[in-house]
Amino acid sequence: MRTIEQYLPDHPFFEGLDAPTLALIAGCATNISLAAGEYLCHEGDAADHFFVVRRGRVAIEVHGPASGTLVLDTADEGDVVGWSWLVPPYVSTFDARAAEASGVVAFDGACLRGKCDSDAHLGYELMKRVTQVMNGRLVAAQLRLLDLYGGPGATDASPR
Amino acid sequence: MPRLAEPTAVQPVESAMVPRLFRLVDRRQDTADTFTIVLEPNDGVPLAFIPGQFTMLSAFGVGEVPISVSGDAHVAGPLQHTVRDVGAVTHALARTAVGDVMGVRGPYGTGWDVADGHSRDVVFVGGGIGLAPLRPAVLEVLAHREDYGRVVLLYGARSPEELLFVDEMKQWEDQGMEVLVTVDYGRESWQGRVGLVTKLIPRAGFDPMSTLALICGPEVMMRHTALALVGRGVRSNRIRVSLERNMRCGVGLCGHCQYRELFVCVDGPVLPYAQVTGLLGLREV
Repeated sequence: MRTIEQYLPDHPFFEGLDAPTLALIAGCATNISLAAGEYLCHEGDAADHFFVVRRGRVAIEVHGPASGTLVLDTADEGDVVGWSWLVPPYVSTFDARAAEASGVVAFDGACLRGKCDSDAHLGYELMKRVTQVMNGRLVAAQLRLLDLYGGPGATDASPR
Repeated sequence: MPRLAEPTAVQPVESAMVPRLFRLVDRRQDTADTFTIVLEPNDGVPLAFIPGQFTMLSAFGVGEVPISVSGDAHVAGPLQHTVRDVGAVTHALARTAVGDVMGVRGPYGTGWDVADGHSRDVVFVGGGIGLAPLRPAVLEVLAHREDYGRVVLLYGARSPEELLFVDEMKQWEDQGMEVLVTVDYGRESWQGRVGLVTKLIPRAGFDPMSTLALICGPEVMMRHTALALVGRGVRSNRIRVSLERNMRCGVGLCGHCQYRELFVCVDGPVLPYAQVTGLLGLREV
């Protein structure tokens, strides 16, 4: 398995960052292995990390009193999980559970925030990338609100 | 296996409006609201069609609905339709039993023309019940697997319980198709992917510069899927979509399915994305 320093330059999330910046980021990162069912974080926990999935699958979950546990999204190899580490009050807004045996790179949010505060260029670059992840999730949520496949608007004029 | 003759291109309008009688010989409940019916013609003459075409199915005394054929176009045998129970006519069809008779007009409209994907990669993208109109094209490609490059199915549905043709998808994988599935929402017990079908596009193995992409699903899903495919490098004139409009006559006379300059029942339902790019985003036409 490649080291974190070797892995980051090929990852789309870190694309375009120069070697010193990547080294700075890698300094805040550790590899974590998860058994199926293990949690990366829980809703309401301090959001002190974000994660890049290296292998396996992570389920993003929310819980409701009537609906029980609902998987809203899954993150597979290469996907990024979590942005609350960058947004005060730094609290996780969902549970993240390994849906199968998985490996992730965990980035220490407090460590990165400190580096971002003292290096505006790094802060801007990370903010741009995290915003892209947030935008993707927002668009997906908007489309799913339309209930595309099962909406009440379906009629005999369009039953396929 | 016996092969069917090519379907006739144009039928006289009078005969096109008269349904043939078909008898239900088998019925399968696919999901809570979706079922597949298997029909034999009373006159013994199989109904020839090309993948992507639809028929007008009649529940006598209730009405008619346009339903894409979901069976195998190249095997002489009964006619197969996969139908979602969403209104009066489809509800009447849902209540039919083996031996019941219904009316069938058609087949109508344009097909997927999968032969255009010879020597190229073929990517099928289905959303919900939209996998049913793609199934004949999938079967055609897999029946001539050696004529195509990589073959991929990307399929999205609302929930795991609403996925269609689950067992068959395993056979398709065995026949050399890459199958990626996702659902909008899942429970803890669901081990598969959750998210939009567009999320599968970067993960699928195909060469965008040499790909024929066929999309069928709700229009919003088709629009976003086509944009994502174009974003990956697939040319818009190599993408086809199957449109759904209020088809009534099936032969371009009544105008119910008019979509600006198009009559979807005769110009479609399958159309090049490049031809309808500007139409798919419109709120009203």
